Amino acid sequence: MKPNLTIAPILFHWNAERKLEFYARIADEAPVDVVYLGEIICSKRTPFFENHYDEVAERLVRGGKTVVFSTLAEVMLKRERNMIAGFCDLEDFELEINDSSALWHLDDKSYRVGSLMNVYNEDTMAYLVAKGATHFTLPAELPRDSIAILAAHAKELGATTEVQVFGRVSLALSARCYHARAHGRIKDNCQFVCEEDMDGMPLNTLDGEEFLTVNGIQTLSHSYLNLLDDMDDMKEMGVTHFRLVPHTQDMVAVANIFREALDDTVSAEESSEKLTALDIPAPFSNGFWNGRPGHQWVGEV
Amino acid sequence: MNRPELVCPAGTPSAMRTAVEAGADAVYCGFQNATNARNFPGLNFTVPELEKSVRHAHNGGTKVLLAVNTFPPAGKVDLWKEAVDTGAKLGVDAFIVADIGVADYIAKNYPDIRLHLSVQAAASTPEAIKFYCREFNIKRVVLPRILTVPEIKTMADEIPCEIETFIFGNHGLMVEGRCSLTNYITGLSTNMDGVCSPAAQIQYIKDDSGNLTTKLGEFTIDCFSCDENAGYPTICKGRYLTPAHDGAYYAFEEPISLNLSTLLPDLMAAGVTALKIEGRQRSRAYVKSVVTAYRKAVDNIMAGHNPEISDLLALTEGQKETQGAFKSKAWR
Repeated sequence: MKPNLTIAPILFHWNAERKLEFYARIADEAPVDVVYLGEIICSKRTPFFENHYDEVAERLVRGGKTVVFSTLAEVMLKRERNMIAGFCDLEDFELEINDSSALWHLDDKSYRVGSLMNVYNEDTMAYLVAKGATHFTLPAELPRDSIAILAAHAKELGATTEVQVFGRVSLALSARCYHARAHGRIKDNCQFVCEEDMDGMPLNTLDGEEFLTVNGIQTLSHSYLNLLDDMDDMKEMGVTHFRLVPHTQDMVAVANIFREALDDTVSAEESSEKLTALDIPAPFSNGFWNGRPGHQWVGEV
Repeated sequence: MNRPELVCPAGTPSAMRTAVEAGADAVYCGFQNATNARNFPGLNFTVPELEKSVRHAHNGGTKVLLAVNTFPPAGKVDLWKEAVDTGAKLGVDAFIVADIGVADYIAKNYPDIRLHLSVQAAASTPEAIKFYCREFNIKRVVLPRILTVPEIKTMADEIPCEIETFIFGNHGLMVEGRCSLTNYITGLSTNMDGVCSPAAQIQYIKDDSGNLTTKLGEFTIDCFSCDENAGYPTICKGRYLTPAHDGAYYAFEEPISLNLSTLLPDLMAAGVTALKIEGRQRSRAYVKSVVTAYRKAVDNIMAGHNPEISDLLALTEGQKETQGAFKSKAWR
């Protein structure tokens, strides 16, 4: 199977104009195979883009991409529960689920399992495959050895696997909105202050060291995950899909770099040089993959 | 109103004995490895210790709930199955689980032993809970500490299993079972290793003027002037800087403890079956005071009297307490 390059759902609160522009470029210019759409972090943000999904999906499909709809990662309110139920009835597109609430509705339907679901081992994977799961984006904190076992296992079960290879890594979810909190507000009167931070809000230690990134109820890494050099290894172990998390940097350029590396059309060194040349405003990390602290970079700089 | 079960922490055999003697209806505990979410040095049970402790608890009429509530990473699943097999052999009254694979293993191999869904499973809606009940015959769910009392009441009406809620102890707002902050900094995972903020990677550094900096791994988590009580450095309880906020602030939450003593009657009326006290990492003295106080409170409420909860503030983290998420949702 030809390796697939994918675009994760936009995690941050970009305005509709920015999102439309982003997806137009992805549809027309980016060498990616699958695009995940949908607001997965905060249900309050959904009305801003709801009316655009049809046109965006259509354009992406015309651009030759597979479109998958991703569901909310944290479901609590009645309104959010209804959203999940509605998504699970969707007929035209595949679904990626990010919370176990969806499993109740999907008893006789196939679906993809997102990276915010806890699929850490082969038994859980096999159970969900028997319940309709066809594809797994594995949790970002899993080390290489576990990913190798899961990728091989998925293959035997007839499922496919995806690993995030670029972008900030989701580390935690909370019921509290930390964006609102930083601005002296709460979730209910947040005034969408998260819109100001298009790659997330920086959180630094008291000695001024860059540490974490806040995105509403989500906490992410400050560092950008970069597994460019490990994709050959992943392909060999049977990983089929490679995920890019959207940021404000030129994602078409990022996609091109990862595409070339996946297709082995340029050398690993050259790909790394190109990625470094994009001037990403944070260090790269690959610690989780190497079984080390996630923020670390193992290998040559 | 049904009499709720008081579920108490047993980090060690002696803590378990203390909890049993103080009137715990049930105790929860784990083995000395990654299979439970409090895998700290010096805590938890060897197999012979658990064997003896189960016997002692059962003699005192107390149930033993075994936490096997972490997520086995691929390649290490056998350790979790061994923990389950051993627990079944020793006669534990229930398993507390979070991982779907582990739940499936127990449901298939030990259908007669009760299954409780751990808070680590982060099942926060009736649908999520109903899924686990349907698939694994879950008898009880431990609700995340992020729901209000009215939300718990609604939940109770919609789900087919018992509800256990936290009433006292650590107050966390990060959704449990969905946090890899510790792994990002230390290389040890809360979900896979059962470790949150490992003591081996913690430093307290005092400067010349008496200020104390606390670190986890390479990163500063907080800094205390000499008149402040230094808390244990946990990432979600630290102070940080961000351009949108004037000066250092608790970006996630204040280091305070949950104490729901005054909400007990409301929780019981909402249909909560079991009341959980957090703190397997805490001392025997803590277990004794908290269990004794809550035993009395629950018995008083059942008898129609005032709960008369004694002052537990001294036992709370940073000596500050809150009703947390339970009172209202204005904190979100």
